[in-house]
Amino acid sequence: MSENQSYTIRVWRQDDAQAAGKFVDYDVKDVSPDASFLEMLDLVNEDLTRDGGEPIAFDYDCREGICGSCGCVIDGVAHGPLPGTTTCQLYMRNFPPGATITVEPWRASAFPVIKDLVVDRSSMDRIIMAGGYISVSAGSAPDANNIPVPKPEADLAFEAAECIGCGACVAACKNASASLFTGAKIEHLARLPQGQAERARRAQRMVETAEAEGFGACSNEGECEAVCPKEIPTRVIQRMNRDYIRAYLKMI
Amino acid sequence: MLDGKVPGGPIESKWNRHIGEMSLVNPANRRKYNVIVVGTGLAGASAAATLGEQGYNVKAFTILDSPRRSHSIAAQGGINAAKNYKNDGDSVHRLFYDTIKGGDYRAREGNVHRLAEVSVNIIDQCVAQGVPFAREYGGLLDTRSFGGAQVARTFYARGQTGQQLLIGAYQSLMRQVDAGSVELHARQEMLDLVLVGGRARGIITRNLVTGELERHMADAVLLCTGGYGNVYYLSTNAGNTNVSAAWRCARRGAYFANPSFAQVHPTCIPETGDYQAKLTLMSESLRNDGRVWVPKKAGDERSPDQIPDAERDYYLERRYPSFGNLVPRDVASRNAKFVCDEGRGVGATGRAVYLDFRDAITRLGQETVAEKYGNLFDMYHHISNEDPYSVPMKIYPAVHYTMGGLWVDYHLQSNIEGLFVLGEANFSDHGANRLGASALMQGLADGYFVVPYTLANYLANTQLGDLSTDAEEFKSAEDVTEKRIRTLLSVDGNKTVQDFHRELGRTMWENVGMARNREGLTQALKDVQGLREEYHQNVKVVGRADNFNKALEFGLRVADYMEFAEVSVRDALAREESCGCHFREEYQTKDGECLRNDEEFSHVSAWEFTGADKEPVMHKEDLTFDFAEVKQRSYK
Ligand SMILES: Cc1cc2nc3c(=O)[nH]c(=O)nc-3n(C[C@H](O)[C@H](O)[C@H](O)COP(=O)(O)OP(=O)(O)OC[C@H]3O[C@@H](n4cnc5c(N)ncnc54)[C@H](O)[C@@H]3O)c2cc1C
Ligand code: FES
Repeated sequence: MSENQSYTIRVWRQDDAQAAGKFVDYDVKDVSPDASFLEMLDLVNEDLTRDGGEPIAFDYDCREGICGSCGCVIDGVAHGPLPGTTTCQLYMRNFPPGATITVEPWRASAFPVIKDLVVDRSSMDRIIMAGGYISVSAGSAPDANNIPVPKPEADLAFEAAECIGCGACVAACKNASASLFTGAKIEHLARLPQGQAERARRAQRMVETAEAEGFGACSNEGECEAVCPKEIPTRVIQRMNRDYIRAYLKMI
Repeated sequence: MLDGKVPGGPIESKWNRHIGEMSLVNPANRRKYNVIVVGTGLAGASAAATLGEQGYNVKAFTILDSPRRSHSIAAQGGINAAKNYKNDGDSVHRLFYDTIKGGDYRAREGNVHRLAEVSVNIIDQCVAQGVPFAREYGGLLDTRSFGGAQVARTFYARGQTGQQLLIGAYQSLMRQVDAGSVELHARQEMLDLVLVGGRARGIITRNLVTGELERHMADAVLLCTGGYGNVYYLSTNAGNTNVSAAWRCARRGAYFANPSFAQVHPTCIPETGDYQAKLTLMSESLRNDGRVWVPKKAGDERSPDQIPDAERDYYLERRYPSFGNLVPRDVASRNAKFVCDEGRGVGATGRAVYLDFRDAITRLGQETVAEKYGNLFDMYHHISNEDPYSVPMKIYPAVHYTMGGLWVDYHLQSNIEGLFVLGEANFSDHGANRLGASALMQGLADGYFVVPYTLANYLANTQLGDLSTDAEEFKSAEDVTEKRIRTLLSVDGNKTVQDFHRELGRTMWENVGMARNREGLTQALKDVQGLREEYHQNVKVVGRADNFNKALEFGLRVADYMEFAEVSVRDALAREESCGCHFREEYQTKDGECLRNDEEFSHVSAWEFTGADKEPVMHKEDLTFDFAEVKQRSYK
């Protein structure tokens, strides 16, 4: 086990959506390299509380990279320096000792700040609402093995279905586009025989909802794939575009 | 004596016959009924979606910013179902029997059989929703085997089964939100239950963004708020998992059943320091090829590769020659504790044992091992900064799941009429120990296939008067909540919420953990009471009531844990036998295994809250086994 280290964190503090925010510096002393990044923030908050200050607000739940609650821009990169991980999966050993670490919320007009590092991502739920499902009511399903699905197709569907809905793709995109997120759901369901009946309508509605929610258009920068904690490939965006156009041409 | 209200007749046909007997609500009338669903994990999302599909007016609540983030998302291993696709002799009866036995004969037979019956429908439903389960090359569904079973009945989606099932349920839920039958209230926390005329008729919530208290009214309330594992502070549960919703119902009169039952999972990454906020589970599947050992000699500080085989104690293989490293969770956990108590634990804290893949790598080659467990090895490496291909993993048990919960009858209704409890929040079908891959099954069974019938029966047979949220009952419940918040913010003491929570967790873990005894429990009772008193005098919760304030959220939850912990300790004291997770050191066989006492303790203990400073009253539900043969569990 290596020695404890000290850091300076420069954190975005903002009272609510209306308030103007600003960066505030905090010294963090004597942190174990085995502490996670969020545990480091916990320590800062404990100290702040003891001093009567308001703790830094940030979202989390699982702390193991699957729920998609956590997420900040760390030193300019969504979810920080390691590829294929969420903010909660970072450890202090991933930062050089003595470093100054800048921590900001996701920035996108479709994600208004609620407080400090917490943003409102309900716009992503509304994209799913607009067709990110297969319409099958409980009790009406046929036997699960009635329709075989070739393993390679099932694996590709799974790869897209791994999306945790964290919003890092939006935060990393200069257009604040939600195309990786939207494409992942369209790809997941379009790969499966069960998803075919609603495929055209799904693509149309989801893409149009994303636009209406204020997410930008995709200009193929690929930043989203680079920060995605599940490393969802940009081919899902091609699928989205293809299905969207073909839906209009009534080809699917 | 409590009555579980299990319908009569042969066990195979109870549920189906009962479905025919229960009353229905006419489709055209359903929209006149309002139903509140608290919690949107597997149980809540599946229930809310299904009731929405059927035409009820549903309001769904979750603490999190989206239903998709609920703790169910973290489940890794799989979900059981008696499909018998492998043709390996599985059946509804076998799943029923394995679950009853796995729970050490402390679950209700009728419920467990129903669970096994509907398990097959769950898989059908999930596949139709597009859940990408693992498949074989022929395109059909793949299954694997899990602890406590001799058949391969576990369906899985790589190591992310919970995620995929929850996304399926979430999508169905969002479809109903889109259709207008479900109103979604995210970032809302239920802080009280409202009773009118003795029936559950609504809830008080706090909007976690604005801090506003809201009143919501309904004809029935479904509580799907998960387990209480975080009373131990450190557990594998998600950070926002809490007992508060259930405890607030308990304070309104709902009985809390078996509150000392908590499953400790043997293979978790050990604690490293005080700063730690949670423990991470490493899948049970690792025990298929990893060998568990500690040095024979206490205090042996040599690195593992310097310890020759003759000086290693593969204690599970030694004690349980027929099951070896694959003994059930409770047995594996307890034995890890025992060897560490003897001073033979490893790692910096001495609270860890080795899970060694050296022999598997020699036998199968590194490539094969990587293929099977690669992602788990990576995860371990990432968290602990050690490479498990060259250094044995260090693991230790951690609290994982809670079998206790609000008492419910066969209809999943608590003793408060109109309050239904689903998923991990109820006292469940798992008795004193849950088998792997059975919690996901139970949550979805409750939500998709049980409560839609039993709720209709309740609504159809109940005359509910007109009500408005201006009623005195709502007002007084809101006042109580408002006062609780104000009081907590005004204490302004010297210790943080986390300080207290950590302390409470330590007391619980040491005394109501893997091994319990009268002396420790008696002391724990005093400690917990003392801590609770101190909490209300010396806690420091900063910030305001009228905005986003996590410290306040947690402050309220830890206050509830303090009260709940006391009932948990009392339950462990009262159950003078050992069963499943509940190992009372006074009651063990001569070789250190659980010694059940079926004469006196074949019952569910359901505790009635009578006041914060008063002793709770225990009610019993007798458990009778007409269909499963009761035996002593043995894994030797
Ligand atoms: C790491 C891990 C791995 C697991 N793996 C498996 C596995 O492989 N197989 C298996 O069968 N089981 C597994 N389990 C157990 C299983 O995941 C859980 O028991 C199950 O998912 C619980 O589902 P639930 O719907 O009852 O509750 P949860 O999923 O816990 O959902 C609770 C919901 O209630 C909400 N809530 C709570 N309190 C309030 C309140 N006061 N107001 C409003 N909303 C509230 C929460 O926000 C959330 O939406 C695992 C558990 C863990 C921790
Ligand atoms: S807290 Fe769940 S992904 Fe980070």
